[in-house]
Amino acid sequence: MMNSVRVNWIILRTCVEERLVYRADFAFATLVRFLPIVTQIFLWRAIYGKDPNTQLNTYTYSNMVAYYLMAMLGRAFSSMPGLASGIARDVRDGSIKKYLTQPVDMLGYLFWHRVAHKLVYYFVAAVPFAFVFFMCRDYFDGWPDGWTVSAWILSLLLAFLIGFLLESLIGLISFWFLEVSSLLFIYMMFNYFLSGHMIPLDWLPSPLSDWVRLLPFKYLAYFPAAIMLRRPDGTPRYSHEELASELQMEMCWVVLLLIANRIAFARGVRRYGAFGG
Amino acid sequence: MSVISVQDLSKSYRVFTKRAGLRASISGLFHRQYKTVHAVDKVSFEVAKGEMVAFLGPNGAGKTTTLKLLAGLIYPTGGAARVLSHIPWKRENVYRRRFSLVMGQKNQLWWDLPAQESFLLHKEIYRIEPETFRNRLDELTTLLDVRDLVGQPVRELSLGERMRMELIAALLHGPDVLLLDEPTIGLDVVSQRRVQEFLRQYQTDRKITVLLTSHYMKDVEALCQRAIIINEGRIIHDGSLADVVDRFSTHKVIDLQFAGAELPANLDQYGTVVERRPPRVKLEVPRNDIPRVLNELLSNYSIEDVGVKDRPLEEVIAELFSRHRSSPKQHDSQPATVPESSTE
Repeated sequence: MMNSVRVNWIILRTCVEERLVYRADFAFATLVRFLPIVTQIFLWRAIYGKDPNTQLNTYTYSNMVAYYLMAMLGRAFSSMPGLASGIARDVRDGSIKKYLTQPVDMLGYLFWHRVAHKLVYYFVAAVPFAFVFFMCRDYFDGWPDGWTVSAWILSLLLAFLIGFLLESLIGLISFWFLEVSSLLFIYMMFNYFLSGHMIPLDWLPSPLSDWVRLLPFKYLAYFPAAIMLRRPDGTPRYSHEELASELQMEMCWVVLLLIANRIAFARGVRRYGAFGG
Repeated sequence: MSVISVQDLSKSYRVFTKRAGLRASISGLFHRQYKTVHAVDKVSFEVAKGEMVAFLGPNGAGKTTTLKLLAGLIYPTGGAARVLSHIPWKRENVYRRRFSLVMGQKNQLWWDLPAQESFLLHKEIYRIEPETFRNRLDELTTLLDVRDLVGQPVRELSLGERMRMELIAALLHGPDVLLLDEPTIGLDVVSQRRVQEFLRQYQTDRKITVLLTSHYMKDVEALCQRAIIINEGRIIHDGSLADVVDRFSTHKVIDLQFAGAELPANLDQYGTVVERRPPRVKLEVPRNDIPRVLNELLSNYSIEDVGVKDRPLEEVIAELFSRHRSSPKQHDSQPATVPESSTE
């Protein structure tokens, strides 16, 4: 047990060191990701018009900006740039060999690699994020109660796990189809829409919204964002009972996706041809 | 007892075949045609503890596939193999801690970090005791002369330096079995020799079992006494390296030094003249004709010096591979492994 913790710690530490090598590129890429926030806020302002009481599907302009910022925060945890394509590349060119011949669990290794990636990202992005939230503080209704904040933090961590497991699963499909870039593109497209990144999921008409809520994508952006928000009448968007139920469902998705990953890896390795040398 | 034991090991791939042209590409969208390639076809051999065995064959012969099977990278289509009493493709951690696979064309070190970071990660992954790690790292960096380079990012190292770092990473945990796939590919002569010398010394000291594939016969001659030759997935020779020349070389080379400055004009009747530097000449002669040709030459000419040599291993192997390539079915009629006593 202690050995495993130590191995994971060293993997994490080494990955952080690696992430810090190209400092300028990483910092620039991180900062550039904030630009769409500004354009999106302007876009919603144009949609809502000048009347501050205008409501679209139970969201005022302030609610919408707050939702968008919280969804962006959720995405900062759940998005996994380069994970699936990286696995596919390793399978295609044979670099996956190091995971198969060394006494190390590939998914665990990639997980800690991604944790390192995120930690460095948060380190670089913390100040810009804080600045944006400070500038937009008037759009928020204030802090909810402690239980809700705890549920929100847990939902962000689970969003990270679901995002990781979904994208690694797509990467593992490369054991069957060496090229997964089109599949990944389709996934990203659906993800953008079904996670609530584009619009809140409760804007979707029934029964579509009912079906979408059964999928794991909502936990990537919509759910962590909506937890912290209130409706125009001041009531929270999720009651404590609903939060508990949703978090349980989210954990079930984590377990289900973990099992799917393990099965895909075990079966994929069996049919792996190691063509890439 | 054998450290590596392989019986009837086979690996087949289903490969998409496509005719040339756009029309074939479009029809391939609807009706794909596949063929089965037998990369390794019922291969059997044993390797004892402490042996260093060369695994030779032309490109696509099945050498690397066999190494990948023994490393547990891929699953076999048939047959069985045990390495250190483990079935490789089960990939048990206890097995993975006891072998290393080094592929000359693959990099396992962290590209952007100094090699020492990768070594530290290996220390944890392979659970190497701190003192053992320090001693081994010290020994290996000294032997391979890279002590001053371990703090330099891997991407900034030369190919030869990188390969030496790869070898260190592969040996830090003290593996009992080392699988080397083209370890000197692309290296200059100096780096090749350094890697050769290191491998010879390390193997002699540690008595580890090594299976080596290489297209450089100098590697093979410097390191191995035994060679397994594989072609089109089948073993066509398993025996001492010296026997390869005896068995597969149909010719020998007679090195002659004539008494006068001029060379006789009709030397072609005795064999193929491969080198002409008056008063010296080299004749390639069928092995069975050597006594007759020597007798006639010594009777007919005034000769100051004479020597009979085997052809270089590299030439014999090249000829053997090209012979099999031009008549691919030839080996099918031969037994999978030929005992040493059955050589010519």
